[in-house]
Amino acid sequence: MEIERGQVVRALVIAGLFALALFAVPELIGIYWVKILTAAAIYSVVALGLGLLYGRVGMVSLCQIALLAVGAWTATRLLYGTGLPFPIVLLIAGLVTGVIVTVVGLPALRVSGLHLALITLMFAGAITLVLSVIHFPNGGGGFLGQLSLGELQNFRNIRRPGIATSDPAYYRYTLMVAALMFLLAVWQISSKPGRAWAAIRESEPAALAAGVNITQYKLWAFALASFMTGVAGGLLAGSAGALSPVAFPTQDSIVLLAVILMGGIYSVWGAVVAGLLVRLLPALLEDWGVSIYVSLLLFGIGVLQVLATAPGGLVDQVPKDVRKLGRLISHGVGRIAGARGPAG
Amino acid sequence: MIEVDGLTVRFGGVTPIDEMTVVFPGGTCGLIGPNGAGKTTFFNVLSGFVAPAAGAVRAFGEDLLQMADFRRARWGLRRTFQQEQAIRSLSVFDNVAMVHDHSGGTRGSRRQDVLDALAFVDLEVPPREKAGVLGARERRLLEIARATVGKPRVVLLDEPAAGLPDEETAHLAQVIASIPERFGALVILVDHDMSLVSACCETTAVLDFGKLLASGPTAEVLRNEHVIRAYLGTEEEL
Repeated sequence: MEIERGQVVRALVIAGLFALALFAVPELIGIYWVKILTAAAIYSVVALGLGLLYGRVGMVSLCQIALLAVGAWTATRLLYGTGLPFPIVLLIAGLVTGVIVTVVGLPALRVSGLHLALITLMFAGAITLVLSVIHFPNGGGGFLGQLSLGELQNFRNIRRPGIATSDPAYYRYTLMVAALMFLLAVWQISSKPGRAWAAIRESEPAALAAGVNITQYKLWAFALASFMTGVAGGLLAGSAGALSPVAFPTQDSIVLLAVILMGGIYSVWGAVVAGLLVRLLPALLEDWGVSIYVSLLLFGIGVLQVLATAPGGLVDQVPKDVRKLGRLISHGVGRIAGARGPAG
Repeated sequence: MIEVDGLTVRFGGVTPIDEMTVVFPGGTCGLIGPNGAGKTTFFNVLSGFVAPAAGAVRAFGEDLLQMADFRRARWGLRRTFQQEQAIRSLSVFDNVAMVHDHSGGTRGSRRQDVLDALAFVDLEVPPREKAGVLGARERRLLEIARATVGKPRVVLLDEPAAGLPDEETAHLAQVIASIPERFGALVILVDHDMSLVSACCETTAVLDFGKLLASGPTAEVLRNEHVIRAYLGTEEEL
């Protein structure tokens, strides 16, 4: 396909914004907010996976936060137990998460809709349970070691990549990896799998008649979303210093579904908005002295609003509203100018 | 050539197809009958959506029913739907490319094959346009482009002219009639528009309550008194 001028402009704007977020933002804000934005970037990747499943294929998964925990656990183990380079650890965390989901998903994909949501939710509960029994690694000896309470003075933070030990550097590292995940998603959506997913979502008979192996493509979507979520888990491990199962409550997967709906499930930008909503908004509320639980209330209202009036989510709605406002203003200015015109 | 032998489909106590035995010799073949005669069910059997209780279907010598449903497109079986199923969120190009992806086409030939298919049906909209913004006629043509991209061997058209005005049906008839010579594919056309069926089909088969009523050259079949009665019969019931 020919490349159009609009696309070039779009790519340049995105690259500019990314450079701004990468270099300017950590200089302008304090360490606390850098950490918050690191978390937002990580959760954007998780939201990206869920958005891909729900928006592109039409499958509701309520186990994404549990999969984030699986990725984080795997990465933490590897970071304490081995000297593997950080990018390799991220890759393995993603692959392990993807493989687990493929094994579990194969029988689960025979059902859809509410039943699939229920199965994934129970899977999430099971993972949470297992994690609370086996605990996150905390730097005990060997590959499977666990420090006992008496040895906690030996605790070391979860390892970070050598080039990104400081918080701003780790923020940049996270942003780069997140951008790679977004590129991976966009590439898949705009090629053969994306076309098959769209057909499956809109009309399974049409997909089947076109020769799409529906089970295989659903499974690939699940594996891909889980891979990205596992990589995000690895990033989270490096960002946190220490991890516990408390960071991955099962209900967070449901909250994530709400925010991705608010952000927009039909555009990958919805995932960026979702990441900001779920990590930056509560921090802002706390900063302003408002209870962070108010964010849950806002998400609830937001989802109602989106489901009722704007199925494309904020990324679809806001530009439209801005254009409308622009027209309204220019119309108003024109009218005032017109009214003054004859007199002047 | 498609040979159907003793095909029977049962849904609970209903038998939408009852021991259907017929041969579709080639070219464009009509398949007509009153509503509920089993025409779409027959297509669904060929597509693999419905498993028959008994019978066999051989297409160009191959046992079609033994093939996994999603492999039939790669083999060359294509279809359109009574309620057209253009994928609205995909562009016109991607709608056709979606079929090309899974029906044995190579990546290198994709662009040319898709554009050829769009040109074949005379769809004059930008390939980038989303299918969701197309009109009814354009979506019907898009579905036929999907059904003919690459190397189709059997093309099933389920009421492709439903809801179209007469002058648009005339163009559609030209497109449909030229599928066999252009691709060497066998076309089975289901439609209630007898002028479309007469214009396109050398041979026609008639189903009524799941049973084959008649088959043969279209002109003869349409003069058959059983066929006329079957059609008039449903009108009287209305």
